[in-house]
Amino acid sequence: MSAALDIRSLSVRYGRTDVVRDVSIRVARGESYALVGESGSGKSTILRAVVGMVPDWRGEIEVDGAPRSALGQGAFAQHCQMVFQDPYASLHPRRTVDATLSEPLRIHGIGNRDAQVIEMMRSVGLDPRYRFRFPHQLSGGQRQRVAIARALMLDPKLLLLDEPTSALDVSVQAEILNLLVRLRAERGLTYVLVTHALPVVSFLCDRLGVLHKGQLVEETGVAALHDGAFRAPYARELYQASLGAGDRVRDAG
Amino acid sequence: MGAVRDWLTDDAPASRLQAQAGRAWSIARAFGRNPLAMLGAVIIGALIVVAIFAPWLSPHSPVGQDLGSRLLPPSAEHWLGTDELGRDILSRILHGARITLLIVVMVALISAPLGLIIGAVAGYFGGWVDRVLMALTDVFLSLPKLIMALAFVAALGAGLQNAIIAIAVTAWPAYARIARAETLTFRNSEFIAAVRLQGASHLRVIVVHVIPLCMSSTIIRVTLDMAGIILTAAGLGFLGLGAQPPLPEWGAMISRGRSFILDQWWVATMPGFAIIIVSLGFCFLGDGLRDVLDPKQREGR
Amino acid sequence: MTALLELDNLRVSFPGPRGRVEVVRGVSFTLGRERLGIVGESGSGKSLTGRSILRLLRPPARVEVDALRFDGQDLMALSDRQMRRVRGARISMVMQDPRYSLNPVITVGDQIAEALRVHERIPRRAVQARVREMLEKVRIHDPERVMRLYPHEVSGGMGQRVMIAMMLIPQPDILIADEPTSALDVSVQAQVLDLIEEMIAENGMGLILISHDLDLVARYCDRVLVMNQGEVVEELQAGALHAARHPYTRALLDSVPRMDETREVLPVMDRSAGAGT
Repeated sequence: MSAALDIRSLSVRYGRTDVVRDVSIRVARGESYALVGESGSGKSTILRAVVGMVPDWRGEIEVDGAPRSALGQGAFAQHCQMVFQDPYASLHPRRTVDATLSEPLRIHGIGNRDAQVIEMMRSVGLDPRYRFRFPHQLSGGQRQRVAIARALMLDPKLLLLDEPTSALDVSVQAEILNLLVRLRAERGLTYVLVTHALPVVSFLCDRLGVLHKGQLVEETGVAALHDGAFRAPYARELYQASLGAGDRVRDAG
Repeated sequence: MGAVRDWLTDDAPASRLQAQAGRAWSIARAFGRNPLAMLGAVIIGALIVVAIFAPWLSPHSPVGQDLGSRLLPPSAEHWLGTDELGRDILSRILHGARITLLIVVMVALISAPLGLIIGAVAGYFGGWVDRVLMALTDVFLSLPKLIMALAFVAALGAGLQNAIIAIAVTAWPAYARIARAETLTFRNSEFIAAVRLQGASHLRVIVVHVIPLCMSSTIIRVTLDMAGIILTAAGLGFLGLGAQPPLPEWGAMISRGRSFILDQWWVATMPGFAIIIVSLGFCFLGDGLRDVLDPKQREGR
Repeated sequence: MTALLELDNLRVSFPGPRGRVEVVRGVSFTLGRERLGIVGESGSGKSLTGRSILRLLRPPARVEVDALRFDGQDLMALSDRQMRRVRGARISMVMQDPRYSLNPVITVGDQIAEALRVHERIPRRAVQARVREMLEKVRIHDPERVMRLYPHEVSGGMGQRVMIAMMLIPQPDILIADEPTSALDVSVQAQVLDLIEEMIAENGMGLILISHDLDLVARYCDRVLVMNQGEVVEELQAGALHAARHPYTRALLDSVPRMDETREVLPVMDRSAGAGT
């Protein structure tokens, strides 16, 4: 069976610097995979290369068994969508929730839009009362729900999540993470999550890859986060620095 | 009234219509708090009313000559006096409002969309498209407006219609610049990337998502430019290249009155006042619109 | 312990479409030469509280307070000019993102020197020496080079260290740090906070650390105030976080995912009572 996402020897250059160097990742269908690293490690660049937002890359990218280049913009949209980090920047400021959510349906000429929009809003936990609000009338958590709903409108199987909760408050983060877990179970989604927060990975993912300066230094299961059993020195360092949020509290108590 | 207001300020609008109405309401309310903007709106409103009802409002015919009453000073019979052919200046100014409004509206309708599209395309695609389009824009921008309009009218022939075309051709580069600058600020933003990811074509992104965002700054700029357009039109009229006699165009009227400016000051001054008042009206309106429409200032609300 | 700063019943309100909305509703605390943390989510009023102390809020915000005393002075009674002398020289503030708080067209060295010169009259040569010394203190190893750099040429962590150097060089009595590390990477976060901690201890200053991260505040402070919707809901000793009683604090603690997460669903707060998120 072909993988949901298969990246082989991907390299990306920005000007004269290599941001991603020879990275290969294979994510099975239904799996939830995390790419972790600090800023500048190239983790977001990999996602951007997959969706075609980076012009200059080498290597091979396959989505659902089909080479990226063989999929047109429209076909790719129905396979793979992305949720961005900042819910304040990823929604069009002058369009209502309704306009944002029905846009993908309109692009692909899909009918019965009203019913689909309402159903999707319920599915991501948004009260349909909010349907005609503008983004500035929504909270950060509600906006991120809209962004997730928009990504799911075309019913793709692969969802790329670029730091989907790092701009949110902790209690809102919990709600969004719960939502992502539920949606994955309900719809059989495959996730590729990019983040710097290891505890989020522990909650949401099955496997993680650690990126450092554009290279994949370690790939392992999330069990490594329970005991810190990383082989690569950098991965251990990152693990140590990330210990804290919530953990010490429990140690003390 | 209370119920209507609640409906308009409702946090959770129940329909598309209510959402749009609510947004318009909040803009109108902010606009209403600015007295100068309201003054501008009143002046422009008056201009439109006068233009529509000119034949009923004016006491005399704008073209009817009465050589017996040439160059009469302002009086109860002729409030603003008469010109060298005995025509009532007030009536001519009121009818001239139609021509002014026609020029302003036509120029805005031709140049604003043109500039908007060119600027949005240049800003969105960047690269060589941007360079070519902006080089073209710069060529137009580098020539003085009136001189270029003169050249166009000279080539096309004198007349109101050609004056409008000439002014429109000189006005669009400013809007292209604005639209491009605005587009550049969000062309790499995530909401544009998200729409592209949903499979939208470039055309769709530009028309449905980019242009609406450039709209408010363009509307503001067009309104502020109206004064300049009126003045350019008047300038062309003054040089005899705009509206042709006996059309009561304000600039042409000043031009005719020039010869009598020392002895019969009202002939040139009255249409001059009309130009000043309407230009000021557009300036106030534009400033007010900038305060309420500018997305950078709306952000925080 | 003598109180360095005393704040009694602070209220901040903004005009809304349907009347004034109070966003800080009666916050009171005293601060000695100690480290106080203020924790809350966005909209809890924690940043507004920090800004109100320095009188940085401008209309249409309205600030009312029963008492705001710093070192025996009534801050609310000071003129703008006198307030400027307090701001920076005696109470400093470090903001979230160094990229926005540094002037982009002035070198780092000149900006730090400026901060010093505004508050003290000292000879030019001495200024340079003090700046160099200060940069070394915030563990910048080659101060000569860094002094000549422009803000866009330094990394986030370096920029935040420069900010701290700039804020501490006039030797203030209180440092207010508003989310000083949320724009930084995890590994750099700890370095910056350790640095703040060390400088505070060395100069015997008071610190107000404002953050959304309960754990981080508990680690670097002695006392923690938990704020929700403009009110202080609980005050805790930093070592006693697990003893938190208030349901809001408990919910805040529980909703954070852990490194060895085994829960299927994270507990979330019941928002039906509040105004929503």
